[in-house]
Amino acid sequence: MINIEGMERRISFMTKTIELHLTSDPPLLSVMRAAVSKVCELADFEHMETSKIILAIDEACSNIIKHAYKGKSGQSIIITCKIKPTRLEFILEDEGEPADIEKIKSRPLHEIRPGGLGVYLITSVMDKVKYSFGVDRGNRLYMSKQRPKDKTT
Amino acid sequence: MSLDISVINDQGSAQLRIVGEVDMYSSTQVRRALLELVKQKQSPVIVDLNEVSYMDSSGVATLIEGLQMCGEYGGTLLIVGLRDNVREVFELTRLDKIFKIYQNIEAAMAR
Repeated sequence: MINIEGMERRISFMTKTIELHLTSDPPLLSVMRAAVSKVCELADFEHMETSKIILAIDEACSNIIKHAYKGKSGQSIIITCKIKPTRLEFILEDEGEPADIEKIKSRPLHEIRPGGLGVYLITSVMDKVKYSFGVDRGNRLYMSKQRPKDKTT
Repeated sequence: MSLDISVINDQGSAQLRIVGEVDMYSSTQVRRALLELVKQKQSPVIVDLNEVSYMDSSGVATLIEGLQMCGEYGGTLLIVGLRDNVREVFELTRLDKIFKIYQNIEAAMAR
């Protein structure tokens, strides 16, 4: 006898993975945002939380384009989205210049000047943020956000 | 994707109306339009964000630059019509305390 209810429950516990491949071209950021919006919807995030997560991923991609690839277009950015039972994870990978950990910091908010807010927004929005770097090239950024408690399966 | 930007000049003041999404790609358009108004020493410069559905830190940085340049000639830069998600960016970065933000053009003009 097949326990359908139990089977559905096991399926819903599985990690759902979505992989987005884009090149380092700023006009593609709007496409990425639309895709991340859908991923957040699948993970049961509400509108305002979705907006903030989109902002964090957008800032991370912008940083890759600006700093890892120095504005050079056509380079690889891979975004892996994992919808896990209790959290949503994003892993961003590029093949650009490894970042200097000392330089990955936001400006103090009381200093009113243009720039330096991207990293602050990422760390404000996401629960966990972890950078790792290749020896010669490449960066990996892990970010996660707790899923809404009343809707996690 | 491009932004739609229009400017209304009115006796020394200017309204900059932006429609679309402001990100690292499109914020250069906003910067160009804003710099032109600053060059003309318009005041107040009213930036209408009613129809802006998304803004990232590059958009915010452009507005900070505009605010500082207006201040250099004694002018003011006012923001109107923030949508909830755009307001959130201002609040997260605490820039809602720095900019003068109004609900609509009428409220900004009557300040």
